[in-house]
Amino acid sequence: MAMNWKTGGLLLGFVFFLAVLLVKPIGVSTQFVILDGIIGDAVNSELVTKTEEGYTSTNAYLAKSNGKYAKSVMNPLNYSFVFVLAMAVGGFLSVMARGGLPARERSIPDLWRANMGDGVALRYGATFVGGFIVLYGARLAGGCTSGHMMSGMMQTALSGYLFAAGAFAAAIPVSLILFKKEA
Amino acid sequence: MMSIVLAIVIGLAFGAVLDRIGASNPNMIGKMLNLTNLNLAKTILLAIGTGSVLMFAGQMLGFVDVGHMSVKTAYVGVFIGGLMLGAGWALAGYCPGTGVVAAASGRKDALFFIAGGLLGAAAYMVTYPMWKSSGLLDSIAGGKVTVGTVPGSKFDGMTALPGDVLGIVLGLGFIALAFALPERLTPSKSNLQPAE
Repeated sequence: MAMNWKTGGLLLGFVFFLAVLLVKPIGVSTQFVILDGIIGDAVNSELVTKTEEGYTSTNAYLAKSNGKYAKSVMNPLNYSFVFVLAMAVGGFLSVMARGGLPARERSIPDLWRANMGDGVALRYGATFVGGFIVLYGARLAGGCTSGHMMSGMMQTALSGYLFAAGAFAAAIPVSLILFKKEA
Repeated sequence: MMSIVLAIVIGLAFGAVLDRIGASNPNMIGKMLNLTNLNLAKTILLAIGTGSVLMFAGQMLGFVDVGHMSVKTAYVGVFIGGLMLGAGWALAGYCPGTGVVAAASGRKDALFFIAGGLLGAAAYMVTYPMWKSSGLLDSIAGGKVTVGTVPGSKFDGMTALPGDVLGIVLGLGFIALAFALPERLTPSKSNLQPAE
């Protein structure tokens, strides 16, 4: 059972405030690119190379902004990458502290089961496709729910409102079509 | 080194809070997006408002460094990418951050989300030159802009209004919206009256 929205909202808002007070606004989706770069560079070491001024890449996206992403690929022990790893640990500890996830939720969530049945392959296939669209979209937009929607609107950034408008304009109709039955 | 410690502390807190508010639970995301349970939407609105009020008030009082703000560029692709993210978010019930937390909390379907995400991000890396040349990544309305002009900020304002005061006002607006939003927007099936 989720926390009361008043307590939860204050806590979440405080974490976003703490991040901007101590370091910088929270963002996540860039780290999928960094992990791709790390994997890519392990397979083909020509992908990211050191230059006199810093780093560059044969991939135009990793090389953009003076090799900012290329640099992170070569130095994964940086703030933003470690932040995402720590998020995973924080989530794990929190779930364990409240007794772990119920076994029936581990492959298929109840709402999905009520509408789509208990075929595991369908659920895994859908989340794989969903992940593809989400990260492709997040990189096209330059941020995700954390970086654009939360951090962006919190700073009154025009880009944050633009992103949130797009995200909900698609998410609500898709959800209304897919999940007609309540769980 | 200090930045790594902060990454661990803030990351741990963020991951734990996402779990506790239900943001990494696809049932909660689905019920928010199909408008049957808006508690998570209320949480998110309150969080944005709280973060905004604290940050801008902190700037006005001088203990929050305005230089820590990081405003992203506005371009048409932000909206298109938002549409794509929204569709995938509704389908899977995960976004990039909550997918990571969900996978760590033992949701196997979230591992497939992450695998798909890595492939999607790689596909964008490969197709980036096409988007770049399409012009859809070009700045609109000034690019990296905030609604008001924040004193001491390197980002321009869309208006000359004081950005910090406006930030507090908008933040209070988000908080008010969080309270005003009903718990559900679609009629509950059990409350439907039979036709006369």
